[in-house]
Amino acid sequence: MIMILNAILVLVILINLFALGTSRMKALIHAAALQGVLLGLLPPLVVKDVGTLPLLMAVMTILLKGIVIPNMLLKALRDAQVKREVEPLIGFMPSILLGAVATAVALALAGHLAPPHSPLGLLVIPTSISMLCTGFLLLTTRVKAVTQVIGFLLLENGIFVFGLLLLSAIPYLVELGVLLDLFVGIFVISIIIHHINRAFASQDTSRLSSLKG
Amino acid sequence: MDVLALILVCPVAAALAALIPSNRWRPWILPAAAVVHLILVAVILLGGGATAKVPGAPTTGSISVATTMAALPHTGQSFAQKAAAHHSGGIIFSDWLGLDPPGRVVLLLASVLFVACAFYTVGYLRDHMDHLNRLFCVCFLAFLGAMTLVICTNNLGLMWVAMEATTLSSAPLIYFKHTKKSIEATWKYLLLCSVGIALALLGSFFVAYAAIVHGLTPSLRIADLLRQAPAMDKRWLEAGFVLLLVGYGTKMGLAPMHSWLPDAHGESPSPVSAMFSGALISTAFLMVVRSQHILHVAGDGAYASRLLILLGLLSMAFAAIFMVGQKDLKRMLAYSSVEHMGILALGLGIGGIALLGAMLHVLTNGFTKGSLFLSVGNIDRAYGSKTIPEVRGAVRRLPLSGTVFLLGFLAITGSPPFGPFISELIILYGTFMAGHFLIAAAFLGLLLIIFIGMGRTVLTATQGSVPAAGRRNHFRDGILSGGPVLACFLIVLLLGLYIPPPVWGLLHHAAHYLEVKP
Repeated sequence: MIMILNAILVLVILINLFALGTSRMKALIHAAALQGVLLGLLPPLVVKDVGTLPLLMAVMTILLKGIVIPNMLLKALRDAQVKREVEPLIGFMPSILLGAVATAVALALAGHLAPPHSPLGLLVIPTSISMLCTGFLLLTTRVKAVTQVIGFLLLENGIFVFGLLLLSAIPYLVELGVLLDLFVGIFVISIIIHHINRAFASQDTSRLSSLKG
Repeated sequence: MDVLALILVCPVAAALAALIPSNRWRPWILPAAAVVHLILVAVILLGGGATAKVPGAPTTGSISVATTMAALPHTGQSFAQKAAAHHSGGIIFSDWLGLDPPGRVVLLLASVLFVACAFYTVGYLRDHMDHLNRLFCVCFLAFLGAMTLVICTNNLGLMWVAMEATTLSSAPLIYFKHTKKSIEATWKYLLLCSVGIALALLGSFFVAYAAIVHGLTPSLRIADLLRQAPAMDKRWLEAGFVLLLVGYGTKMGLAPMHSWLPDAHGESPSPVSAMFSGALISTAFLMVVRSQHILHVAGDGAYASRLLILLGLLSMAFAAIFMVGQKDLKRMLAYSSVEHMGILALGLGIGGIALLGAMLHVLTNGFTKGSLFLSVGNIDRAYGSKTIPEVRGAVRRLPLSGTVFLLGFLAITGSPPFGPFISELIILYGTFMAGHFLIAAAFLGLLLIIFIGMGRTVLTATQGSVPAAGRRNHFRDGILSGGPVLACFLIVLLLGLYIPPPVWGLLHHAAHYLEVKP
């Protein structure tokens, strides 16, 4: 079990680094979708007795994070007839390097962060931190609205991974509520992106700067 | 069961609003739902034993308040024991619902303020008949419902879900006017608050994880967390608190995470701004209060206090800088909200009597902001503008709204005989009692700068003669536009002159619940 879990977490970290380095927005969305599917596989791996509820969680996660949300973002991208490149404020190589450094630091601290008797191995907390950092990097250094939303998605994924440690404590109602909020949030955001496109003829959020002082 | 009914009122009303076909009559569902909501809140608050009187509590005037405060530490113990016997820290109806004493204060504020805003909205939407208002009505009700759920649940996870729901349901409200500026405000609001709140979820997880580290059973229920807090891992608990403070602090508008707030408050329709500034950010403050309570019970209150005082003063300083020379009346009020959230954080951080002041300030600030935003809404409708060169002579143009705006300015900057004067005085008194003389001096200095900065803008807007452009429009104060403004203002005045005993009971109950370790 731990082997599979760790393999998935390593894949998830690799996807993070890919997300920081890619210049194609479509590839970025696909990466986020793949990460969503991988995350969906985790809850049944982690719980001791696989009942209906963990399976429902897994199915819902894969459905929403892997299929529905990426499709909404792809649609937002299609509607906007603009350049489909990411346009970072800092270059791709520095982004990857920053992401790699954050991951390395998180892994180096793994021994300190994990509780002594964790059944889930050492990787969960560092992966979660690495994902949070990736999400923040995308949120702060990219100007396109869709890219920022993906940053938010990766951030949320990082919190999801941390939540694995607490599966027994977090009621499924809350887990489902978090997923629902994420879905509705991205839905509302994609509508707003549509309106930004119409009003500003661009997805560039750095143009949203008339409100000051 | 009452709480369950309270939570169900809003979704039912929202569904009804979605079904009503008439654009003209649909908005009336808002006041109807608001009144039902308020009646249920009254039943819950009066029926739940929260009216238990503190000896000698109902007092008026600053000096007698201060003496009552000084007497409190003695009466506090027995009162807290009584409260614990009755409630065991809040009424628990089921595994999910429960109202803690600080929640009662915010619930009262949100419900009363929504009644005023709902009636105002009916008139406001009548002036905007060209806009379809179905989405607006549904979202406004869903917004109140989500806020009620944040207040009435006892699970940190469900609180988060409901808090994010307030963000999502209120985003379309900001976008109601469909202007470029309102898109910008909506985008910033959605993204900043969603990311901020995501951190609060991580913080909630950290707090739960702090139990695992020491081999306890993790839980997100407030009651479990409070029981286990002393045995939890301090480092994870502190990290969790920082994330909760940053997360809910973003929603609350604490500097330096406040940048969404002036935009959202400035661009949304005035009744929405009033709900944001009066109720929503107070609900976010409630979440900070609950987070601090966990840390306090864990014996780490000093750590939380330092952070809260720092952010509180920083928010006041930011607000002071941006309020001096502010031309946009609604943005000025928004920065005033940042300031007052700073005051609340300061009061919470200092604790003791200041905590009671902070609880009172939640009410006084909320109602004053309600009356201010609604009166600026009327000014905006009369002049077709909310910025300074266009708006002049508001007292002449709109005798009621202009006067309330002027008096509301005096109230919000802490002049007697209005409510905020009493609450700020109690916070200041608490700061001196706790021996924080430098903080008290900074607090007073910033209040003075804000008074001067805000005063210049408000006096220019209200005094003088009305420019020709401001007379063209035939808007006058009516029952639906002026009534809610006056109602909120009278509450502010009442809170400054005489605080009704049941309200005192609520406030004392809340302050003791937060002070006394179980």
